[in-house]
Amino acid sequence: MISIEKIRAQFPALNQKVHGHPLVYLDNGATTHKPQQVIDAISHYYSIQNSNIHRGVHYLSQQATDAYEASRETVRKHFNATHLHEIIFTKGNTEAINLVANGYSKLLNKGEEVLVSAMEHHSNIVPWQMACQNSGAILKVIPMDKDGVLDMDAYKNLLNSKTKMVAVNHISNALGTINPVKEMCTLAHQVGAKVLIDGAQAGPHCFIDVKEIDADYYCISGHKVYGPTGIGALYGKEELLRELPPYQGGGEMIATVSFEKTTYADLPHKFEAGTPNIAGGVALKYAIDWINEIGIDNIQKYEKELLDYAHQQLATIEGMRFIGQAKEKAGAVSFLVNDIHPYDIGMILDKLGIAVRTGHHCAQPVMDAFEIPGTIRASFAVYNTKEEIDRLVEGVKKAKSMLE
Amino acid sequence: MSTIKNIQNDIVEEFDMFDEWMEKYEHLIDLGKSLPLIDAKHKTTENIINGCQSRVWLHADFEQDKVVFTADSDAIMTKGIIGLLVRTFSNQSPQDIVDADTSFIDKIGLKDQLSPTRANGLLSMVKQMKIYAYAFLAKNQ
Repeated sequence: MISIEKIRAQFPALNQKVHGHPLVYLDNGATTHKPQQVIDAISHYYSIQNSNIHRGVHYLSQQATDAYEASRETVRKHFNATHLHEIIFTKGNTEAINLVANGYSKLLNKGEEVLVSAMEHHSNIVPWQMACQNSGAILKVIPMDKDGVLDMDAYKNLLNSKTKMVAVNHISNALGTINPVKEMCTLAHQVGAKVLIDGAQAGPHCFIDVKEIDADYYCISGHKVYGPTGIGALYGKEELLRELPPYQGGGEMIATVSFEKTTYADLPHKFEAGTPNIAGGVALKYAIDWINEIGIDNIQKYEKELLDYAHQQLATIEGMRFIGQAKEKAGAVSFLVNDIHPYDIGMILDKLGIAVRTGHHCAQPVMDAFEIPGTIRASFAVYNTKEEIDRLVEGVKKAKSMLE
Repeated sequence: MSTIKNIQNDIVEEFDMFDEWMEKYEHLIDLGKSLPLIDAKHKTTENIINGCQSRVWLHADFEQDKVVFTADSDAIMTKGIIGLLVRTFSNQSPQDIVDADTSFIDKIGLKDQLSPTRANGLLSMVKQMKIYAYAFLAKNQ
């Protein structure tokens, strides 16, 4: 049994008032707050370890390099990847997808196909549109049903020998749907396609085993797993990363450079041009350690309780419309009340000290599919409580009475 | 006809009556609900000002040397502020609109509503109102 009180005490940002009310932070899908040990790690890095990594022979450079590489090992273990060099540090999930898609814009041929799902975040749509534009490949969409569940029959029909890449999220940021990524990988592999899984929303909520899923690429953002902004990680199977052309050129990613020819560094450095976000990389380890100290199974169990409670309590509001009613959901509940614009409700909740996200959640095609302007999304972290959900429900009721 | 300055002063006085944010918001919601409807034929894609959160439609006519604005939004709070802006700028001369400032919004405690980060389309709406005024001014010269 985990003590939420003890957990909350580790998050200084949670202990504040907003517009005179104790903060209720339910925008964790956008970013989570950071536990003290992550904040301390950043401070410790700049106070003591600060040095450029991988090149200095001096003491501090070695210290910084060790701390940064220790983080890579933590991520490897967390993903259950085979090799350390299969973990590439990026500035976040978006950059990770761009890194792969940019490589594919050179690997794809005219007429080949890329599949994305109907519930992708813009960051897992636009890079693939760009790759298709550059290569002449065709982007196709795996549809979803009215509950926000991917149509697996349609997916099977879309897969064919021309399919080279399937890009899908593990958990939808707009709907909270958990997608059957393992099954999707198996099916894609049967036609020789590779799969990139956007794990931005799954990172804080799920046990991720890239070997078990058999993902070809899997990425997360640090700031959504209680870590710093500006750092993320991409896992890629070794043989695929070797084939993938480099993303950016510069220092660190080279073996030798002359004006006639440059040879690239080995993995993972081939994809890590320039001085990275060292502090962020170092602190990411502390965030993942923090998650593992609590235990992802404990987190999952507790967050499921929160999500069920939120559904149950929100359902008591007359006119409640849940957007996305998949059986398998995690992390977020998306809703509307009658035809009230989500922005109006969000504005009033803000004044009550309740932080939610309103709008299209960078997933406009999802909103178009449901023919709505956007939703109100309450997204949870392990530090949230049922009392906070009660405050949300009271807030929505208050907003409804003012707006109707 | 009141000047823009006078109308803005009236609005500031009107909002001074409210101490609490909730009363202000309730007043805005009422204003939003009572905003005269934009003619359906003007609610076109060309007239849309896209914000990230809410959308705004703005139409301008030029009648007897005055600019007449009609507008709408899909969010009621946004519509309330639109109501204030239409009340201020509609039926005014193009030159007066071009010269006017919108600091009255700060004075009634709704400054953040017009901040670029709000992305509700309001800031773009003010810009668009001024652009219309410029256009009518240029046409008349």
